[in-house]
Amino acid sequence: MRGAVALPPVVAEFPWRVVIPLTLLVAFGAAVLHSAAGGSMSPYASSHLIRYGVFLVVALVISYFPQEWARFAAIPGYLAVLLLLLAVEIAGQIGGGSQRWLELGFIRLQPSEVMKPGIILILAAFFHGLPVGMIGSWRALLIPLGLIALPMGLVLLQPDLGTSLAIAFGGVVVMFLAGIPQKWFIGGGIAGIIAVPLLYQFALQPYQQQRVLTFLDPASDPQGNGYHIIQSQIAIGSGGMTGKGFGEGSQSQLQYLPEPHTDFVFATMAEEWGLLGGLLVLLIFGIVLRWGLIVARDAQDRFSRLLAGGLTATIFFYVAVNLMMVMGLAPVVGIPLPFMSHGGSSMMTNMLCVGGLMMVERWNRQSGERKL
Amino acid sequence: MERKLSSNSLRQTFERRSFVVGAIQGGIGCLLAARMGYIAVAENEKYEMEAESNRVNLTLIPPRRGWILDRDGSPLASNRADFRVDIIPERLHDAEATVNLLGELLGFTEVEKIDLLERVEDSRGFAAVPVANGLQYEKFAAVSVRLPELPGVVPQRGFSRFYPTGASVGHLIGYVGAPSREEYEMEPQPLLLTPGFKMGKDGLEQQFEQTLRGEPGARRVEVTASGRIVRDLETRDDVQGQAVRLTIDGPLQDYAARRIGLESGSVVVMDCMTGDLLCMASMPSFDPNSFSDGIGRLEYSMLSENDRVPLRNKVLQGLYPPGSTVKPTVGMALLGEGVDPDQTVNCSGGLRVGNRVFRCWKRGGHGSVDLAKAIYQSCDVYFYAMAQRTGMWPIAEACKKYGMQQQFDLPVVSQFYGTVPDPDWKMEKYGREWAAFDTVNATIGQGYMLASPLQLAVMASRLATSEMVTPRLVLNNTRPQFAGMGVSSEYKAYIRQAMSDVVNGPGTAGRARLPVEDVLMAGKTGTAQVVGLNLSDGRTGPWRYRDHGLFIFFAPFDNPRYAGAVVIEHGGGSGSAYPVARDVMTFLFDPQKGLDALHSLEAQWGGTAQERLDRQYNAYATAAGVDLPPAPPPITLARQVDAEARAAVAEPQVADTDAFTPREDATPRSDENVT
Repeated sequence: MRGAVALPPVVAEFPWRVVIPLTLLVAFGAAVLHSAAGGSMSPYASSHLIRYGVFLVVALVISYFPQEWARFAAIPGYLAVLLLLLAVEIAGQIGGGSQRWLELGFIRLQPSEVMKPGIILILAAFFHGLPVGMIGSWRALLIPLGLIALPMGLVLLQPDLGTSLAIAFGGVVVMFLAGIPQKWFIGGGIAGIIAVPLLYQFALQPYQQQRVLTFLDPASDPQGNGYHIIQSQIAIGSGGMTGKGFGEGSQSQLQYLPEPHTDFVFATMAEEWGLLGGLLVLLIFGIVLRWGLIVARDAQDRFSRLLAGGLTATIFFYVAVNLMMVMGLAPVVGIPLPFMSHGGSSMMTNMLCVGGLMMVERWNRQSGERKL
Repeated sequence: MERKLSSNSLRQTFERRSFVVGAIQGGIGCLLAARMGYIAVAENEKYEMEAESNRVNLTLIPPRRGWILDRDGSPLASNRADFRVDIIPERLHDAEATVNLLGELLGFTEVEKIDLLERVEDSRGFAAVPVANGLQYEKFAAVSVRLPELPGVVPQRGFSRFYPTGASVGHLIGYVGAPSREEYEMEPQPLLLTPGFKMGKDGLEQQFEQTLRGEPGARRVEVTASGRIVRDLETRDDVQGQAVRLTIDGPLQDYAARRIGLESGSVVVMDCMTGDLLCMASMPSFDPNSFSDGIGRLEYSMLSENDRVPLRNKVLQGLYPPGSTVKPTVGMALLGEGVDPDQTVNCSGGLRVGNRVFRCWKRGGHGSVDLAKAIYQSCDVYFYAMAQRTGMWPIAEACKKYGMQQQFDLPVVSQFYGTVPDPDWKMEKYGREWAAFDTVNATIGQGYMLASPLQLAVMASRLATSEMVTPRLVLNNTRPQFAGMGVSSEYKAYIRQAMSDVVNGPGTAGRARLPVEDVLMAGKTGTAQVVGLNLSDGRTGPWRYRDHGLFIFFAPFDNPRYAGAVVIEHGGGSGSAYPVARDVMTFLFDPQKGLDALHSLEAQWGGTAQERLDRQYNAYATAAGVDLPPAPPPITLARQVDAEARAAVAEPQVADTDAFTPREDATPRSDENVT
């Protein structure tokens, strides 16, 4: 037991190390959303806080799952989500026009979101079950690649490039951490470099090609696609060191900034809180991600390690791509900023990841206690 | 490569690789922090400026235009506060729908809607197209309320140009209008694109554009991305343009324009001491008030179809054979050549030169005629005979000296200089020798001779004063010193007396006598025939075959103060011109008497010039359908009017082959009482 102070076990085992920074970040996010709504709790800030509350409870419930449950759930869960993705595709075909969600009455479920932690779970389970000696074999490469490619293909059909890249990224990081030989990655990298122009040419929709072009030269299209990047940089840049003050950001208040409450929430924040606000957000994400990696490193078994590492990578992917996008370092791909952007799916996915990490942390503690 | 793989080595791999992943994450975190620092700190100034230029919208406020004043400081052109509506075509979503809705709100007719749509489609896109001005508050409010449905429509308060005397000053002052594409290209300033800004398009408005324009004001407002104004930040007032003060006497100008009445003609009055132009009226005219929002196709059609060319400034662009009004000048030429004024010529109704007889207008003959009688009775034979002695050269020179074929230094868009023929000119123009009949024609102001009303007024001033009076249009309080013309005071008095006798003695214009005590007006009648005797008797028949009536005058005859000229196109002879001159001069000396005369005339004509113009427009509007050609833009219009005016006064293609036969005067000497 740590510390001499006798706290009740529920309080002592509560994952304070992640819940405190996360709550801070969500509260800060709510303040920014309050401002983005023109100085009002509705419609963004209040629902943001409520969602956080609900999904925090969900995450805490998940954290009590034993490891066996998680491992058992991996394959049926993966298959279920895959079926849901297929259902979305079929519903889209029937309904005439692409869609990304299923209307289940009480909730609008976006299966591609659930797939992000889902792919981590199944790959962690797969590598856990893989005999140690086979890590260098083709089997260790091709089966995970297939597991990644199936949902990725379905999500690309929607079409949703951002989410499919997130799925791929999470999967590849798990493979990397699982220890498959480096030559695959080097080879994959070279293949990727060759494939990118081909993919650009044949796989991307024209609007996605346009986004890439615009990212390379935003000024070429200041009224169209470049507008987002330009306005976002103006918002961040004009914030300066300390920002323009709460509710005083002209870019967001006067609607020059597109999507000030979702994809570009960081720009909204940076305009009003400046570089200091930005560094605070980066710091909190750093704390949360570092916690995730520590959980992964402390994990006692392969499954827990890979699960925690993959979940951390998924959160990281969101943060990194979103921030690079709003700062003009990446094309506009439509990925929200975890815990700050308004939006139920994003909150759900990220809280599922956090829940998974808290679960692994609990397993670590339990095995530690057993060792003691 | 046989390496022992164990769960332990995999764990080590994991630790190594998770360290790599963590390092990459940390690296990207640092990169993001650095990038943000760069944008927010290093480039802060640039982005702050861009945010400001997003947020703040600078709108120019069109400057109030400087007034145009008459010599007494009353406005000939002023500004009127009003409510107006403009369209910025670039911001329109559906031009047709917007025009329809706007037309409904403002109560437009179908023709007006088509007009507006066409102007919207023809415009540059980013410059404002005026829809209406001088709106009632209710209509203005009706448009303002529905703005969300009308993207690109700009209702605003502003000023519009106002010409209190309307058509009377149309040709003189010109009019204003929104800048055209060409004007913007010549002067690419943002002001020219500002809704509500008008620039001079013709006349003095155009000549004094830079003086009258002023400095635009500016309004800084905070706007949303969609252009909605959130609040005013700062407003800088405009600086009104400078006023231009003219030598024109406003009431006289208005009086003269109205006095022309149903006729087509012009009146010029000058102060012959200073050269100040007191009046330059040309009628019929257009109402410059209704031109300032663009010339409607209805109005344009009405004006351009009128054979009395209301778009032409006849004072400057009308050229007429001066007829007998040239005789006092020819008399001066004869005196200059040493002809004794008392020497007589016997007029028996014609003069035989060789085997030809040149006819006098008075077929019965004037009997014994000296120079004075030749002027007041307008005897043609006297001048034929005397001109045979001197030849054409001295006469041509005198005509030029007295103002013909001269252009004056005036701020006007275009002035025609006419023709004074001489042997060299004829040889160059037609390749023909000068003949005796050419001199005969020229001495009575026919043949090739052409002069504008302004030149005739200058001629009257110079005859009156024997000084090189030059006209001016902008008031300045200096008194110019004119050079003398080398005429002895004896001869000066002689011509003055002869011209006085035209009106006050046994002359051709007895009815022109001023009904003002102690003021005697001197003058000279003229009748300019436009077609041969075989086509018309000059007084009846088709309007365009009738003779022009001319009259030059000055008063008081023995100490001239005012001089001028009246030309009535196709008025049927000088009898149409001198009553106008008489009334205009009466107004100058005794305004009430002048107005009384005018009011009784206007009662017969059916209202003032403006009232008649409005009625004509309404009649035309009801008669005309929707299918009218659109009006050309002002620049093109001005060129078109100029070209037509030039064509109308062009010299004949072939040389004259014979002498001119004057008609028995359409205005026989009047012995009736002065009215």
